[in-house]
Amino acid sequence: MDFTRRDTLALGAGAVALTVLPFRVNAAGEDAIAAFTGGAEVAEGGVNLDAPEIAENGNTVPIGVSAEGATAIMLLAMGNPTPGVATFNYGELAGSTMASTRIRLAGTQDVVAIAKMADGSFAKATKNVKVTIGGCGG
Amino acid sequence: MADGAKPRVKAPKSASAGEVVTIKTLISHKMESGQRKNKDGSVIPRSIINRFTCEFNGTSVIDVKMEPAISTNPYFEFEAKIPESGDLKFTWYDDDGSVYEDVKTVQVG
Repeated sequence: MDFTRRDTLALGAGAVALTVLPFRVNAAGEDAIAAFTGGAEVAEGGVNLDAPEIAENGNTVPIGVSAEGATAIMLLAMGNPTPGVATFNYGELAGSTMASTRIRLAGTQDVVAIAKMADGSFAKATKNVKVTIGGCGG
Repeated sequence: MADGAKPRVKAPKSASAGEVVTIKTLISHKMESGQRKNKDGSVIPRSIINRFTCEFNGTSVIDVKMEPAISTNPYFEFEAKIPESGDLKFTWYDDDGSVYEDVKTVQVG
């Protein structure tokens, strides 16, 4: 099979579109992070994100987060139609800055936890969760 | 879903002053995400609980902003510091304006 100049160009355009696409999916998630941090830099580490490696049912995935010295923790599911999951704001009488809950995941994706520390800095943790059956009714 | 939302809370009845206790809460709610479609192909409108708070004698313990990605029958586990005898007040805020409440009394001593 010979490649003409036209074919090559079309292939190239397709390849570019493919590499750009994942960014589109994440754009809403990035926006949510920016809204939470106000554009501040987010450091890796300092946050514990407890999530299963494989979740059979995307409708109820148990998730636990904790971050020492945090005032708020935001949970995001980057691959969901709406990436926001929950934001925990800790009050004066919070015994520790931890929480666990159950969330929905549309498919295999990264779950991100971002903690806002008392000194105004931000830290994050990311964990990939493989989902066998998605939890968005699709 | 104003009716049928039944809050359930597990909190200790007694604690020593300043003790950190674990609290587990669950409320029955279908948490319709607004993503699903019914048989005719039209979208089922979103109907979720969008906020949950826990207070001890009026002081905030935790305030959670919830989005549609929280599972059916939202469950939360967290820790609270108990400085004195008093009431733990749990409040859930529904999209439709309903508010569900539960109160647990904790004795110190």
